[in-house]
Amino acid sequence: MDYTTIIKPKGKLFEIDFKEIWRYRDLLVMFIKRDIVTQYKQTILGPTWYFIQPALTTIMYMVVFGGIAGISTDGLPQPLFYLAGIVLWQYFSECLNKTSATFTQNQHIFGKVYFPRLISPLSNVLSNLVRMSIQFLLFLIVYVYYVAVGVDVMPNVYVLLLPLLIVMLAGLSLGFGIIISSMTTKYRDLTILFTFIVQLWMYATPVIYPLSTITNEKIRMLMGINPLTSIFEAFKYGMLGVGQFSWGGLGYSFGFMVVLLLVGVVVFNKVQRSFMDTV
Amino acid sequence: MPSAIEFDNISKQYRLGLVSTRTISHDLKRWYTTRILRKEDPYLKIGEVNDRAHKGESEYVWALKDITFNVEQGEVLGIIGKNGAGKSTLLKILSKVTSPTTGTIKARGRIASLLEVGTGFHPEMTGRENIYMNGSIMGMTKAEITRKLDEIVDFAGVERYIDTPVKRYSSGMTVRLGFAIAAHLEPEILVVDEVLAVGDAEFQKKAIGKMQDVSRGGGRTVLFVSHNMGSIANLCNKGVFMKNGQLSFYGTIEEAISLYISDGANDSVYYGNNSSNEMYYKSIKIITREGLTTDNIAFNEQVGIGVEIGINKFVKYSTLSFSLFDDKLNPISTFHCNLEKDDSYIQAFIPSELLLPGNYYIKPLLHVPNLRFLDVCDTLLSFRIEDTGGEHSTYNRSDLGYINITPTWSKN
Repeated sequence: MDYTTIIKPKGKLFEIDFKEIWRYRDLLVMFIKRDIVTQYKQTILGPTWYFIQPALTTIMYMVVFGGIAGISTDGLPQPLFYLAGIVLWQYFSECLNKTSATFTQNQHIFGKVYFPRLISPLSNVLSNLVRMSIQFLLFLIVYVYYVAVGVDVMPNVYVLLLPLLIVMLAGLSLGFGIIISSMTTKYRDLTILFTFIVQLWMYATPVIYPLSTITNEKIRMLMGINPLTSIFEAFKYGMLGVGQFSWGGLGYSFGFMVVLLLVGVVVFNKVQRSFMDTV
Repeated sequence: MPSAIEFDNISKQYRLGLVSTRTISHDLKRWYTTRILRKEDPYLKIGEVNDRAHKGESEYVWALKDITFNVEQGEVLGIIGKNGAGKSTLLKILSKVTSPTTGTIKARGRIASLLEVGTGFHPEMTGRENIYMNGSIMGMTKAEITRKLDEIVDFAGVERYIDTPVKRYSSGMTVRLGFAIAAHLEPEILVVDEVLAVGDAEFQKKAIGKMQDVSRGGGRTVLFVSHNMGSIANLCNKGVFMKNGQLSFYGTIEEAISLYISDGANDSVYYGNNSSNEMYYKSIKIITREGLTTDNIAFNEQVGIGVEIGINKFVKYSTLSFSLFDDKLNPISTFHCNLEKDDSYIQAFIPSELLLPGNYYIKPLLHVPNLRFLDVCDTLLSFRIEDTGGEHSTYNRSDLGYINITPTWSKN
């Protein structure tokens, strides 16, 4: 019989064993199930919280940003505009927060048994997808309501890009998340900085305001560097017909995601082999 | 027969102390020398053999150093050694939880490792859900688990609670469930760390039996770490004795065990060094009735233990206890003596003709019962009961047991 396992001090730079991940697909499903099932155990409202959270956030934004600050919503009803941004942003930030804690949160499991470590961040991204789908349903309900009362919103052909946009959000959050998680195993300084950065990031992304309100060219350029900008704008353009769609921006975000994922996997692979000694 | 696992020059280095700004300067220096100058890692050269009792010079220690040996297929290998000898590190590397600093391991067949039972159990999920959870973490597929579900539940004996969240389980039940899953893994190579210590005696027996089935039934290879020499001796046919991160002996389990035991306790005298404690050992000696230090005592004489205690501040309810162990470190008995304010020399005498000839070990405990230890003596004191003739001496010593019982016989 040939050797089936060879354990060496260092692995190759870029090495994902897709076959191994595929073999552990049942574990991926179990992790997703665990995340979803256990989140609202012993709560009375249960999964209703999936609706309540974005609904309350929307109301808060309506009061603070729409009411007090008076920020434009491109002529759209406020609930619809905010909800569109919140659903996407919450998916991104939830994925990012979860995956960036991969090593620190799972150290007790990782320290006791081996399985492809990438399963863990992947399951975060996928279980949050379920959550986002439910919240997206809320968005659709509000959407249909406004169409019914005669507000002029119509999806156009770009709405077909939605699956791609979600994949890009997932890819970006996964890429950033695994890089952060790899960097925080040894030096925890980043964890503190990171929560702060995610908060700020939302304001650098057209979530609560449309890109059209930014008239300063320099700031617009800076916004363009943010790979999330074009994704959010494309979503709003396809669903609501407002916002600024550009293939170039979307292509840039896609390229950004690919590079990020490649770098992320290299770093993650390097760290996962010995993180137990430093975490 | 081909070897199942080949360890080739496995070493593992750890850095002691806290992660701090010094770590980052070391990281930078390491990166600079290995990547820019293309030289050897500067920190791999230094570092000393891992002896936790003595303070070393270097921040780096070798938890494992140059471990090379082969495990044959179907072998049940016991890995023994004191705490910190590197047993668990070796298993961790084999389980791919952490990687070695140098060296390679090559293995034939699926490795399942049991460094802990019930890894990944989620307290909020039911027993059934957790069987699937833990099973898939250990590498089983969903179909496999479904096929074995009834067997697992049956083995764990938790049928009534299978749809109750695991957080309501007693700790024993959780362990049983975890082990039941692991026992149904069917790997070619099973790696078991000291995980059975938590279950009750009945379950331990069952678990060991199941592990024996595993090794005898399918020619599977088992690696087993435990401090319980009894179960090691029962289960294993080969043994590895590790000392300070190095492979000290590889051979039959009997030899490994006797090396392990004689390494820890070759003294009939112990001198304490914790004179700053409230109460501490000055010396502990195995003595004869006359008070002379010895390690050989005749069967028909009393075995004495003399303990000199130093008292800086008398601790209320302090107690001196002795645990008596057989030659496989199975406990035989424990006896206690409550201490009074000005006790400084305590002697205990075990009656003559009570212990059958053979080797025994004594471990003293100076403590406030169930609360704390006042001083710790980490060596076992050993003594030998010499055969001076008698009923038993006509038989082979090895299977006579340890306690001499002289019943009142009655014949019709």
